[in-house]
Amino acid sequence: MKKLTSVKDLEIVGRECASEQLKKPKTITVCSETGCLTCGSSKLADAFESEIERQGLSGTVSLRRSACLGFCERGPVSIILPQKICYLQARPEDVPEIVQKTLGGNEIVERLVYKDTQTGVRLACVDDIPFYKHQMRLLLANNAVIDAANIADYFAIGGYSALGKVLAGIGKDEVIEMIKGSKLRGRGGGGFPVGIKWQTTKDAPGEPKYVIVNGDEGDPGAFMDRSFLEGNPHGVLEGLIIGGYAIGANEGFFYIRQEYPVALENVQLAIEQARKCGLLGKDILGSGFDFDVKIHRGAGAFVSGESSALMNAIEGNVGEPRPKYIHTSEKGIWDKPSCLNNVETWANVPLIINNGVEWFKGIGTEASTGTKVFSLVGKVNNTGLVEVPMGIPLREIIFSIGGGVPKGKKFKAVQTGGPSGGVLPESLLDLPVDFDELKKAGSMMGSGGMIVMDEDTCMVDTARYYIEFLAHESCGKCIPCREGLRQMLNILNDITSGRGKEGDIELLEELSETLQEASLCALGQSAPNPVMSTIRHFRDEYEAHIREKRCPARVCKELITYEIDEEKCKGCGLCMKNCPAGAVEQIDKKQFKINQTKCIKCGACFTACPEKFSAVVKKSGKPQEQAVAA
Amino acid sequence: MKKVSMNIDGKTVEAQEGATILETAEAMGIHIPHLCYNEQLKVYGGCRLCMVEITKNGKKRLVASCAYPVEEGLVVETSSEKVKKIRRMIIELIWPVAQDLGREYGVTASRFRAANTDCSLCGICVRYCAEVKGSHIAYFKGRGIDREIALVPGMGKECLYCRECFNFCKGSKILQEMDRVYA
Ligand SMILES: Cc1cc2nc3c(=O)[nH]c(=O)nc-3n(C[C@H](O)[C@H](O)[C@H](O)COP(=O)(O)O)c2cc1C
Ligand code: FES
Repeated sequence: MKKLTSVKDLEIVGRECASEQLKKPKTITVCSETGCLTCGSSKLADAFESEIERQGLSGTVSLRRSACLGFCERGPVSIILPQKICYLQARPEDVPEIVQKTLGGNEIVERLVYKDTQTGVRLACVDDIPFYKHQMRLLLANNAVIDAANIADYFAIGGYSALGKVLAGIGKDEVIEMIKGSKLRGRGGGGFPVGIKWQTTKDAPGEPKYVIVNGDEGDPGAFMDRSFLEGNPHGVLEGLIIGGYAIGANEGFFYIRQEYPVALENVQLAIEQARKCGLLGKDILGSGFDFDVKIHRGAGAFVSGESSALMNAIEGNVGEPRPKYIHTSEKGIWDKPSCLNNVETWANVPLIINNGVEWFKGIGTEASTGTKVFSLVGKVNNTGLVEVPMGIPLREIIFSIGGGVPKGKKFKAVQTGGPSGGVLPESLLDLPVDFDELKKAGSMMGSGGMIVMDEDTCMVDTARYYIEFLAHESCGKCIPCREGLRQMLNILNDITSGRGKEGDIELLEELSETLQEASLCALGQSAPNPVMSTIRHFRDEYEAHIREKRCPARVCKELITYEIDEEKCKGCGLCMKNCPAGAVEQIDKKQFKINQTKCIKCGACFTACPEKFSAVVKKSGKPQEQAVAA
Repeated sequence: MKKVSMNIDGKTVEAQEGATILETAEAMGIHIPHLCYNEQLKVYGGCRLCMVEITKNGKKRLVASCAYPVEEGLVVETSSEKVKKIRRMIIELIWPVAQDLGREYGVTASRFRAANTDCSLCGICVRYCAEVKGSHIAYFKGRGIDREIALVPGMGKECLYCRECFNFCKGSKILQEMDRVYA
């Protein structure tokens, strides 16, 4: 690709790339991201490659290995364009037939397309599959049409045209006004208005200024940002260059966690390609604007994603938050004005420039505009990456897109906002997904983690799990956060193991207040959310643990009992064979009993008992004899 | 240097621009408790004992006075009820390291299981070693609840001649650590 020296050049190359693509009318995109890779997508793509060649279709069909296509649950996912035919869980054996029928001809291989679980109807087109139908994939859709390693793919869909527009004549202030007008809010957690942050950085005294991409993504289970960085790094880079131009920064950083090797590689490649094309470097597209970026590899701790910790790390210091009351947008890296935004935030920028402020504002709600990407996981049928307009009710994400809770279990709660987010109960399922509404309900948007929990989840244990994570992921610098979390964890460990006492809930609340008010950074300030939200919505469960020494969801080992129902037991003895503790005793030829003092509550007997008997029962509460003795 | 006019605990003061609330209050003879602040060292903001309540644009907020710079028109309360409540909790959380202060705040015992009974991790030893002595012998090991003070092995001689960080230690952690590592 040659160096582009004007906006005109860019327009020409965009048209060239688009018509070049048309020479091969069909494309098969095979998802090559982690979820699908573990389901064998690499072999699948290899099979397509050789089979296309073998059937002599190389001239008309191109193969693309892409980043996440979203429907991880049913991977490997492949999509055939332009018809948008989606094949799920195809195996290399299926490839000759697919190539012959769908790529060579126009037939569909029925057995490999989505089958609606309720109606049994087969749906071949991506747009008809409920998982996709209820989404609005403005950002993620590009993953299907882009090979991240090839800038030409991005040019072909109008990539960098937003940058072209900006450099050709939208003034710096006008760009900032557009971002302000779009009401775009940060996607990394806080939901701070992006335009205002840009303005503050631009107006702050001090040179040079910096723009930074936050790609730390420390929430366990979240992979939205990875998907952008791996799938469409140019989209993020374009946003960053536009931000640099508007703010008056000539240098930018991608902060990416070390644990994301593919993201690091793809961003590196994107930067090199953009530099070669004259989209980075001196005098970009003849505009006189100089801009370049560096990658900083992060150590991948959860706290490193906090703005001041991240900037400390870029400076080469320990990645711990600083106690400063001046915003990093005024005094950030080396005390210079630094504008930090999340990966997804930057990716929205070209969209706003290209489609206009009114268009963007038309999506979502009054105060939360645009779309948001969530990683939907947990007890839900269709796990994966979903992109929805802001304001959509939680119910629609979990049930219409996610397909509800598996195995006929009841929905209990959804956890949003990452480890320091909160849980929301069934009664709040109609809550619109919006920064302010989630916060009011005791949770938060966070960066977009969404974990669905079913009736078999203990909410006290859930709180305990998150507090344990945070207690180890806190930097440990300030006392409220470090010692407060230590004591919250002690109390929650006590409650879940039957040592809870009256006053524990109140003490947790008191500690929560101290963390919220006195912690040094937002990690500690938001860390009580899992506890506060579970107390708020599931207080009865805490009380059952503390007062009745009972775990209603039958999760906490010390607070459950396994028993054998005499009526149902057929004396097969499988429970005794499988018990690792020798706690199952035979009392007569056809009767077995669990010795409660020996039982370690591992549940092996419960699993071993044949379903048709279901004689082993799991009860909430301590064993009777123990309860009496205590 | 420019001066800014503000109010601390009902007294008006002309504060030096660039100074912190803590420094200004101390100069006025108003004592704000602190563990991690040390005038020779960079602002750390870790102990949170120095939190005070400020009123700005009609809104009240808690800030660490060792880090918050003075501002024109700022109103500061150094021992409001809210502030005292936080200090009592912090004293309990690091019990018994700040026992002396406990007496002042009516805390005689902690409701929690003691963890680091000889260290509040104020980090003065670590920071003094690095910032004043230019050595990096004392350091923080681990993060979160596993964080602790440690010493680089094999530097016993240097430590033996210096020992200046001992003077600041409110517990006895650094002494013990030295005995353990350089025994
Ligand atoms: C403990 C902690 C971890 C964070 N981790 C991330 C992260 O992984 N990615 C991110 O974009 N923002 C993270 N943030 C939020 C950032 O501090 C910052 O607000 C954000 O990057 C700003 O960009 P935005 O306005 O576009 O969201 C974290 C904040 C805290 C307190
Ligand atoms: S003196 Fe420790 S936080 Fe201010």
